Amino acid sequence: MEAKPREPKLTIDPSVVAGARRLAAQAGQPIVEMAKAHTTVSVERAVLRLAGLAGADAAGMPMVNHVVDAVRSQTGLDYGVALPVWDALLAGGYASLSELAAATAAGGVAFRLPEGQDAALARVMASKAVGGGFAKIAGNRATRERLIEQTAEPRKPWIYLIVATGDIYEDIPQAQAAAREGADVVAVIRSTGQSLLDYVPEGATREGFAGTYATQENFRLMRAALDETSRELGRYVRLTNYASGLCMPEIASLAGLERLDMMLNDSMYGIIFRDINPRRTLIDQRFSRQIHAKAGIIINTGEDNYLTTADPVEGAHTVIVSQLLNEFFGREAGLADWQLGLGHAFEIGPQVPDQFLLELAHAQLVRELFPYAPLKYMPPTKHMTGNIFAGYLLDAFFNLAAVMTGQEILLIGMMTEGIHTPFLSDRDLALENARYVKNAAGRLGESFRPEPGGFIDRRANQVLDESVGLLRRIGQEGLLNAIADGTFGITRRPADGGRGLDGVIAKADGYFNPASEFLEPAEAADLDRADLVASQQGAAL
Amino acid sequence: MTAQIVRPYGDTTGDGRIQVSFTLPVPFRTRDEQARAEGAALQLAGKMGLDPAMVVHAKGMGPDFTFFIVYGRVSHLVDLSEVKVAKREFELLSPAEINLQIRSSLGRKLVVVGATIGTDAHTVGIDAILNVKGHAGEKGLEYYREIKVVNLGSQVEIPNLVARAFAEQADAVLVSQVVTQRDAHLKNTSELAAAFREAGPDRPLLVIGGPRFDPAMTSELGVDKIFGRGTTPRDVASYLVHAIAPARAGTAA
Repeated sequence: MEAKPREPKLTIDPSVVAGARRLAAQAGQPIVEMAKAHTTVSVERAVLRLAGLAGADAAGMPMVNHVVDAVRSQTGLDYGVALPVWDALLAGGYASLSELAAATAAGGVAFRLPEGQDAALARVMASKAVGGGFAKIAGNRATRERLIEQTAEPRKPWIYLIVATGDIYEDIPQAQAAAREGADVVAVIRSTGQSLLDYVPEGATREGFAGTYATQENFRLMRAALDETSRELGRYVRLTNYASGLCMPEIASLAGLERLDMMLNDSMYGIIFRDINPRRTLIDQRFSRQIHAKAGIIINTGEDNYLTTADPVEGAHTVIVSQLLNEFFGREAGLADWQLGLGHAFEIGPQVPDQFLLELAHAQLVRELFPYAPLKYMPPTKHMTGNIFAGYLLDAFFNLAAVMTGQEILLIGMMTEGIHTPFLSDRDLALENARYVKNAAGRLGESFRPEPGGFIDRRANQVLDESVGLLRRIGQEGLLNAIADGTFGITRRPADGGRGLDGVIAKADGYFNPASEFLEPAEAADLDRADLVASQQGAAL
Repeated sequence: MTAQIVRPYGDTTGDGRIQVSFTLPVPFRTRDEQARAEGAALQLAGKMGLDPAMVVHAKGMGPDFTFFIVYGRVSHLVDLSEVKVAKREFELLSPAEINLQIRSSLGRKLVVVGATIGTDAHTVGIDAILNVKGHAGEKGLEYYREIKVVNLGSQVEIPNLVARAFAEQADAVLVSQVVTQRDAHLKNTSELAAAFREAGPDRPLLVIGGPRFDPAMTSELGVDKIFGRGTTPRDVASYLVHAIAPARAGTAA
């Protein structure tokens, strides 16, 4: 998947860029250490899901929640859920994990922390069970590659469209129609507030609030439908969902198990926009990204959201800083650059003088800082005023900026943004807009040369300098303190505030997670990755 | 002076010309289908009162749908003397206006404590109003610089909510109720109001929201305001400013 190097167009000093990456690594490393030293209830539930435990009780509470809660109350989770669970499975003579879970839900299982031979046996059995999940994930990745070969890889930029009816059986025909109309990527928006549920709903769902619940069965149904459509169209249509919120590790695992192709997965989105505890988010995120890395899933980060709250000119550098952090955390978790769909947006007000030049400067800067990342570019939302005609024009400029600066994942702007969920005709017109720009100006990028020292070049350098300044400050005060101060999205989130902190557990010395042996890089490769990566990146520029 | 009776204006006074666009679930592939689709659009335009009407654009979208843009003339008259403007009890303000008014009128942040109470675990409603992420394209109350939001989450016991509201010196308490089995939402709300009544005379403003509430039941339930389905954060913020930090008439803001 290695792309050819892009030609630099801005007069950016590679040593400044390398310095920015070093600062991001310094800011991120303590978070990685914190994440390695902790687990969460959702990480432990993800382990059980990878081992194949599914299903819920009559009230809809998933079995993985029952088991993890029971183990937590009886033995604690500081040694992980796996040792007590597989010990009980062996000792109790249960035929399967599901049987053990059913007995646990009924309150009839006593867990203990096994020692000696018993512990060794539990480890082996747990690893074997989780290995089944990883085999399935690897199989899915191979299936995706085979399907892409059999159909075709769509040309970049990929057209990204959203469906969200709340009913998976309505979503399916809409997603198929969107694909026929030209969507290369279909995202199923989640029900409002799912990120705050501390469990993953079960089964096919037909009711949601402004979106459809992310469940394993919904994932399966939609992927199967899009496989059918991919074959019909002769191009592989990707499926996207959201690995965010309190169940991020579990949803990432389900995405791997059901062959989703892209997942929204930002390092700070849940903290800032959903008030989820920062530690919980960052621990969950590392595990979820390790899963995505294995599954060959492209993550989409959420920097576009900052610009919907902060001023998009004044706050432009916070996007770059967040992208550098997302890149550091992503690479540390094993994601390759082609899996880093770093996000940004076209949100500067049309009344701002030189608005389009500023947008070009920002978009080109991101392009050059991350030459191998499939950038996710988001359309205007803040300035879609209800004047659908002006909005259509603004979306055309967004599309133009995208093709001029080589953005790769293009969320299609709707002229009725903020008025209603798009009409069929809104979507059709939006695609016509994108097709026109792609067709008329798709190769403009090759002739786009911002004047060295000109407005665009100067602005890009200014944003980069501001980013370095902010990274330096974050390095001094620590990332968690910077988040607490309202550095991102102008929202203050203290490290011990927000939801989900009670689900964070410090690992004991003998902590065991059978998934880790599949996810953690070999010890030998653990020399200073960050510096290595930073120097390679500097060379690439 | 504006005339009392007016018509839509295209390019000449009184020409009554308007433009509409819509989609019909009819195919547009063969010549016959195209003719029938345009005829269908004209029929709809006629029934809408466009006479004459002209389909200026028709385009098939997939195998089953056609999009139309239609221009036409309406003969309808608008009598301005009959226009009724529904009066809100409070003015809908922009976030900037809301922040400014709190600053100038209260001189401190407006404090809001939010929760769902009783057995209700659905935080969808309260989160849509409070979280920065917001709802329907509007940022939640956390986005407002002059509003301090304390979101207690779900299944909060009423005594805890009362205690927390006083501890935070809350100006308003926002409670959302989604679960309505056996009228649980009404019972919970009455209990909430009673608990605040008992706690003292200087209680915060009580604001309730949920899809099954009747906004006219405020006095019956003992609360100050009820928001129903489709409420946005800006509606709530505008109301809070109206009730807690009204613009002082006659003084400079």
